[in-house]
Amino acid sequence: MSTFSETLLDAAPAAPTSGTGSVSDYVALLKPRVMSLVVFTALVGMVVTHPDVHPVIAFGSLLMIAVGAGASGCLNMWWDADIDALMTRTRKRPIPDGRILPGEALSFGVTLAVGSVLALGLVANWLAAAFLAFTIFFYVVVYSMGLKRWTAQNIVIGGAAGAFPPIIGDAAVTGTIGVDSMLLFLIIFLWTPPHFWALALVKSADYARAGIPMMPNVAGPDSTRRQILLYTLALVPCGFVPVPMGFGGLAYALVAALSGAAMLGLAVEVFRRREGEAAMRAAQHLFGFSILYLFLLFATLLAEHGLGLLRRVPGAL
Amino acid sequence: MAEEPRVASALTPDQLRRRRSRSLAIAFALAALALLFYVVTIAKMGPQILHRPM
Repeated sequence: MSTFSETLLDAAPAAPTSGTGSVSDYVALLKPRVMSLVVFTALVGMVVTHPDVHPVIAFGSLLMIAVGAGASGCLNMWWDADIDALMTRTRKRPIPDGRILPGEALSFGVTLAVGSVLALGLVANWLAAAFLAFTIFFYVVVYSMGLKRWTAQNIVIGGAAGAFPPIIGDAAVTGTIGVDSMLLFLIIFLWTPPHFWALALVKSADYARAGIPMMPNVAGPDSTRRQILLYTLALVPCGFVPVPMGFGGLAYALVAALSGAAMLGLAVEVFRRREGEAAMRAAQHLFGFSILYLFLLFATLLAEHGLGLLRRVPGAL
Repeated sequence: MAEEPRVASALTPDQLRRRRSRSLAIAFALAALALLFYVVTIAKMGPQILHRPM
């Protein structure tokens, strides 16, 4: 006579209890490109506020910030798997493609989130760890579960999560939060709407299919173009503020002026070109250049402070 | 002779290979974490690490 468990095993195959994900699928869950941007901006936050930081502490802290960012991306993909399946840009992600089960992604994300916060507390300090925990919470719960499907201001408010890394970097090496890293936060915060709305103008059909209330789908493309221009008008002067504050030197002033002018020029193009292929091209150009713009600003700060190239502009604080 | 334990669903060779890769990645991550904590401990304690009561 067969036992109860044998009967169960002999029955028809049950629902899968584990996916077939490879290591690279799990790496994809961490959104490596977003992670690299987080690591880069956190590093700048560290170097600007504390150039003599101990390399081991800096490396360990950056690693944990990166893992925390990866956990956020993983939990975001777990929550958004239903809408990811509807958009061409995201339908090949591991969960909608069936390579990783939602439960596996949830376990993976929660483990990394808890682990990264605890490890950052041990490696650096508990202020930085608390800020990392708040960032993960803000991105996953406030942005992904709340704002994203609810309001057209989703990426404006949710953009704060992507802007926190310089503050976490600052807190990790100084134990406090200074004005310099808050300004870096503000630059990323103001950069987020033009960056994502330029993409949303190009991919508005995708977002509409998934039912995500992005600005072009809610307020219309023209209103989005006007708001892109307004945010860029706020962003470019803000990108210049490190110069009078004394932590952006002559090289930074030059880069901020030239790249800021280009950013503004492209935002004006997006505002002017409203029809057909030219409008799409203008939005694509702004989207692409916005990544370069932020990279140039932060890379120049990194070079000035990390390589000792900082030459302050006369009259700076 | 003891019977071979039966499993609910047999894994394909490709699934076995992926599971092995995942296991190796977890092992590598744990080893890296142990090394990180070791190095951070030394960095945080500095020269004090040589002057602690046994």
